[in-house]
Amino acid sequence: MKTRTELLFEKQPGNNLSIFITAGFPKKESLLEIIPLLENSDCDIIEIGIPFSDPSADGPVIQQSSTLALNNGMNLELLFKQVKQVRPLTTKPIILMGYLNSLLKFGIEAFYRSCHEAGVDGLIIPDLPLKEFKKEHELYIKKYKLDFIFLITPTTENKRALELATNSSGFVYLVSSNSTTGTENKNRLDLSEKIILLKKSGLKIPLLIGFGISTASDFTKACEQANGAIIGSAFIQLVKNSTNLQKDIPQFIQTIKTKSYDHSIN
Amino acid sequence: MQTQLTKGYSISEEGYYGNFGGAYIPELLYNNVHELAQNYLQITQDPDFKKELDLLLKDYVGRPSPLYFAKKLSKKYNAKIYLKREDLNHTGSHKINNALGQALLAKKLGKQKIIAETGAGQHGVATATACALLGLDCTVFMGQVDIERQAPNVSRMKMLGAKIIAATSGTKTLKDATNEAIRYWINNNDSYYLIGSVVGPHPYPDLVTRFQAIISEEIKEQLLIAEGKKDPDYVLACIGGGSNAAGAFFNFIGNEKVKLIGIEAAGKGLHTDHTAATLQKGSSGIIHGSKTFLMQTNDGQITEPYSISAGLDYPGIGPLHAHLHETGQATYLSASDEEAITAAFELMQEEGIIPALESAHAFAALKKIEFKSSDVVVINLSGRGDKDLDTYLKHFN
Repeated sequence: MKTRTELLFEKQPGNNLSIFITAGFPKKESLLEIIPLLENSDCDIIEIGIPFSDPSADGPVIQQSSTLALNNGMNLELLFKQVKQVRPLTTKPIILMGYLNSLLKFGIEAFYRSCHEAGVDGLIIPDLPLKEFKKEHELYIKKYKLDFIFLITPTTENKRALELATNSSGFVYLVSSNSTTGTENKNRLDLSEKIILLKKSGLKIPLLIGFGISTASDFTKACEQANGAIIGSAFIQLVKNSTNLQKDIPQFIQTIKTKSYDHSIN
Repeated sequence: MQTQLTKGYSISEEGYYGNFGGAYIPELLYNNVHELAQNYLQITQDPDFKKELDLLLKDYVGRPSPLYFAKKLSKKYNAKIYLKREDLNHTGSHKINNALGQALLAKKLGKQKIIAETGAGQHGVATATACALLGLDCTVFMGQVDIERQAPNVSRMKMLGAKIIAATSGTKTLKDATNEAIRYWINNNDSYYLIGSVVGPHPYPDLVTRFQAIISEEIKEQLLIAEGKKDPDYVLACIGGGSNAAGAFFNFIGNEKVKLIGIEAAGKGLHTDHTAATLQKGSSGIIHGSKTFLMQTNDGQITEPYSISAGLDYPGIGPLHAHLHETGQATYLSASDEEAITAAFELMQEEGIIPALESAHAFAALKKIEFKSSDVVVINLSGRGDKDLDTYLKHFN
């Protein structure tokens, strides 16, 4: 049986927008409000960040959202409860993104089982090495019919990039720059070599570009090369500054997406 | 492939000491860490590299550091107590052994920009010194709280030409300085991250252990002259991340005749939340790219440790120590702030030595072990106490 993510890319190969929001931010119960708003918008994938005390791959915006979420009392148990609650309200794939320590403390199988039970579709755990994944995680990813998404950077060696893509399911997360999340993109490197490599590989796995994507123009450019893009820090910033999420979220998504409708994946 | 190092343990190709170690890093750091893992053994075992480092350790650092027989302490505790005087090294602690080694290694890898984290500032000063000597750019990350409580070391680093970046996240101490250094490294891939302890992703724990192993290598030679035997009955060392202990233990690991005792900082006591005794109060998990023991909540959030000593104020511990603890090859005790202060004043008054607050924790263990009068005890005096004068003065009355 195909996962929600696989079905999405079959139906709509290009222009996919994935939106990242930290669970428990800005308020403990915010997911319950934000996910229905995303469902009614033109966003395609919902990524939920598991807040962590020491998010060393994240820039200030996501760091601060994590700290606030933890202060609000967010934890994995509550996160799963909230996802379960909103799952019936949305047909979009829900991906969890977090650091390995949260998962280990929860228990590896317990974590993936809870993902399955809550209706989570896939996982991104950037600090889980491929070998560890194969040894202790892949088994449960298969057992609970989840997708696991690896990151590939412009400087990932080709052989390794193919290995990471082969072991990914759902999509591959292409990092557009060597930087922490939400960083001003001075290290933007050319992803086209990796994209050509992956497209020619015959793996047929969708590619989403993330890190440093914040505007409609960034999104449009990403969609010219890949199957879509991920916006995290810019969305968190919007949520942080917004006094009217009901109005601001749909508007933000619309601004990002409408300008890019003319482009589709080749 | 397993590299057999000593009888006591081996480290796997992936950097595991038994169940601990490894490299849990995001893909963004993969190339940097992999480059180091692929090259560190070859470079550091090259005869020319060794010759260059040995010469610096001898003429610049002042090695070998003396092994001093502490007559009055020996009498008081009814054992033969020797102090390994790492406090007499240039820059005042064992940290220079590793800083020089890694700075030389970075140079061989063609890196010009060095970044480092520091807690008490000892590693920061050692790194700034090594960079000044070798003509490298140096940026040191330090928690805002530590910048305030270790002001003299901040000035030293600045005078040596280092740039200091304050870590203002979390509790603004060593853990947060390390997070900031990692983030900077992700954003500045051309930098070399010169980690100060036996922590972090593989190969750092092994790399730093090897550079610190000279401590136990010298102890063996010096004891042979002083006692007619290479093996002490006890080796005592304080532990934050665990680099001075790793160096003092290294050549004795697996030797059943030698009891290895690590002393963690209990802070205000093991029964309180204000402690840094990771092995006593922590559990297994991932911190700064390594699987090891760390202090965390039930939800896997890393908690803020506490110790009077900035150098021991770290919620994790090197994976080597987690392994030695799990396999019973070393014993880990803890000493509170108060016990460390008492031990420091005792050392000042009995032997005329002002130890670093970190090292004072090792001396506090003298009261916790029952020695035989024939026991040869080596305490690693990892650093000197100039930086801690303010804290000592507060307690001096």
